[in-house]
Amino acid sequence: MGRVLSVLERLDRRWVFLAMALAVAGPILVMGITRKTLPETPTDASRAVFNAVQRLPRGSVVLLAFDFDPGSAGELEPMGVNLTRHCALRGHKMVFISLWPLGGQMIDETITKVLRADFPNLQDGVDFVNLGFQAGNEQVMRVVLSDFPRAFPTTKSGRATADLPILRDVRSVSDFALLASVSAGYPGSKEWVQYVVSASGGKLPMVSGCTGVQTPQLYPYFPGQICGLLGAIKGAAEYESLINEWVSDPANGAAMEVAQSADGAVVVIPPKYLEAQRRMGPQLGAHLLMVVLILLGNLVYLAQRRAQRRAAA
Amino acid sequence: MSEEPRPFVLVVWIMIVLAVVAVVGLRVGLGSGMARAYEERTNMRATVEDATSPSGERVVEWVEWRSVSPADFARAVQKNAAQDSVRLSIANTVGLWIAALLTLAIFSFLYRDNPAYRLAEAIVIGVSAAYWGVIGVWDSIVPKLCGALAHGWTTSHILPNLPAPTLQSQIGMGIALVLGVLLLLRLVPSVGRISVWAMAFIVGITAGAKIISHVESDLLAQTVATMQPLVQPDASGLWTTATLWASLPNVLIAVGVLCCLTYFFFSIEHKGVVGGAARVGIMYLMITFGAAFGFTVMGRVALLSQRVEFLLDDWLWVIDPLERRMVDSVSWIVGVGGIS
Repeated sequence: MGRVLSVLERLDRRWVFLAMALAVAGPILVMGITRKTLPETPTDASRAVFNAVQRLPRGSVVLLAFDFDPGSAGELEPMGVNLTRHCALRGHKMVFISLWPLGGQMIDETITKVLRADFPNLQDGVDFVNLGFQAGNEQVMRVVLSDFPRAFPTTKSGRATADLPILRDVRSVSDFALLASVSAGYPGSKEWVQYVVSASGGKLPMVSGCTGVQTPQLYPYFPGQICGLLGAIKGAAEYESLINEWVSDPANGAAMEVAQSADGAVVVIPPKYLEAQRRMGPQLGAHLLMVVLILLGNLVYLAQRRAQRRAAA
Repeated sequence: MSEEPRPFVLVVWIMIVLAVVAVVGLRVGLGSGMARAYEERTNMRATVEDATSPSGERVVEWVEWRSVSPADFARAVQKNAAQDSVRLSIANTVGLWIAALLTLAIFSFLYRDNPAYRLAEAIVIGVSAAYWGVIGVWDSIVPKLCGALAHGWTTSHILPNLPAPTLQSQIGMGIALVLGVLLLLRLVPSVGRISVWAMAFIVGITAGAKIISHVESDLLAQTVATMQPLVQPDASGLWTTATLWASLPNVLIAVGVLCCLTYFFFSIEHKGVVGGAARVGIMYLMITFGAAFGFTVMGRVALLSQRVEFLLDDWLWVIDPLERRMVDSVSWIVGVGGIS
């Protein structure tokens, strides 16, 4: 026992990095080859996001703020994809904006991946629009409270927003049926709550999907100031599983995007809509390793303290 | 991370690196290779207004190339071997290799600091700085400043659809231009002190805006959210197990808030009841830090798994979770078959 503890005490940290690499790569390889995912049990916060989108009447205009960049796409891209897909499936109109410089490109990727690929009937400017990045952080939020078109005078591709049918009835941000914020930091969900949701006097319901680092900061706002919260990749996986469960049920009449197997008997979810659930495999491996490492670290610490006390006595 | 590894450890790590190099070599040499990006040609056509044309409009045609999967390329070749509408994208393929090699260069820091890591780090910093510069010009200075103060020139040369500015926005941008110039005067030592005026303006505006929103959303709304009834009786008004479970979160929140506030109350010595409450407050804080750490781990692992997935899927073509290639993953691993 003493020998083991002695080895652990002097363990080169590179072995920990290697173990973490294996704990992450192993499940990715297995799930990549088998194409299986782990089951998810949605929490109340994730279910609330699903219900918030689900309950809106068909044709509602939803504001989707993609405040993230490729640096956090691993966590947030699946949230953006699933929010877009859910809105499209429910027949909502989508207005995409970003307060992060690279957010416009993240929106373009999502539109290509979801709307252009699976909802080719939706028209740019009528059913959805990418207004792209707008500089100014909280100042933009303050402007959209009173005059949304002034904050976003043109779309990402340069069209004047005043001419867009989708924004015909939108004067301020309170005219949107829902604000869905996908946020990696500042400015993001926290600022949307502070500057827009609070100032709108409860007229604007908001749901948020955020990084793991941000999640503890946003939990106090749920369920009072935000009506749903997707925390980190786990929240994304739960939301994704809720949508997949819903579209897989033929009774819902939402099977328009679900690919059929060769014999037409089994409903198959396209693999791009299993991305968040697939990423829970490496999470499992890495978290198990972390638990083991924390236990071993504490064991070594306690042994060291005991040895020091003995030496002092 | 500067400690030198022992010889045995060094040998093991050299073997790991060689194994990775061998996998890359095998994937390059066997099967249908790896790390290739394809693109498809789309012929675009639009009618635009043209005052010089007799009809008042003219037709503009151009070609766009959009990314497609290797499976799309394989299908196009199967259909017509001589086709040229789907082709290998040299630019995207080179980009993919650069992304993979830079990812590995950054990961190499986990072993020790090295020139490859420093090169990748310098590239990230340089590209980010340049990108922010470009963003500043094209998303702030051109549309906001030039669009307001030189609207005619901006619409005729850069952004034709930019709406005309209001007088209010022109005055606002004029003030912003003056303040911006004042800030830049820091670079001139003799008049540098004037830049403090602009700085004072920024600090004042920011503080004013933040105080109002914080009081509204974080102080008042959060205080209201904390003041929940400690007992949540069921519909019949009776005490049941359900009552207990429904009441528990509210009780925990109330106790947590009071105890954490007590911990940060330093005017009274933390002894007796106050000391006990402060100790409970510390426990709450520790649980909060633990939860934050857990979420941070989850976030970092998600980012790591995305990079590993990129290396195994997009670069090495070892796995194919998105079914973008037409051969099963095991065949790719052993290097047989091709894009069939």
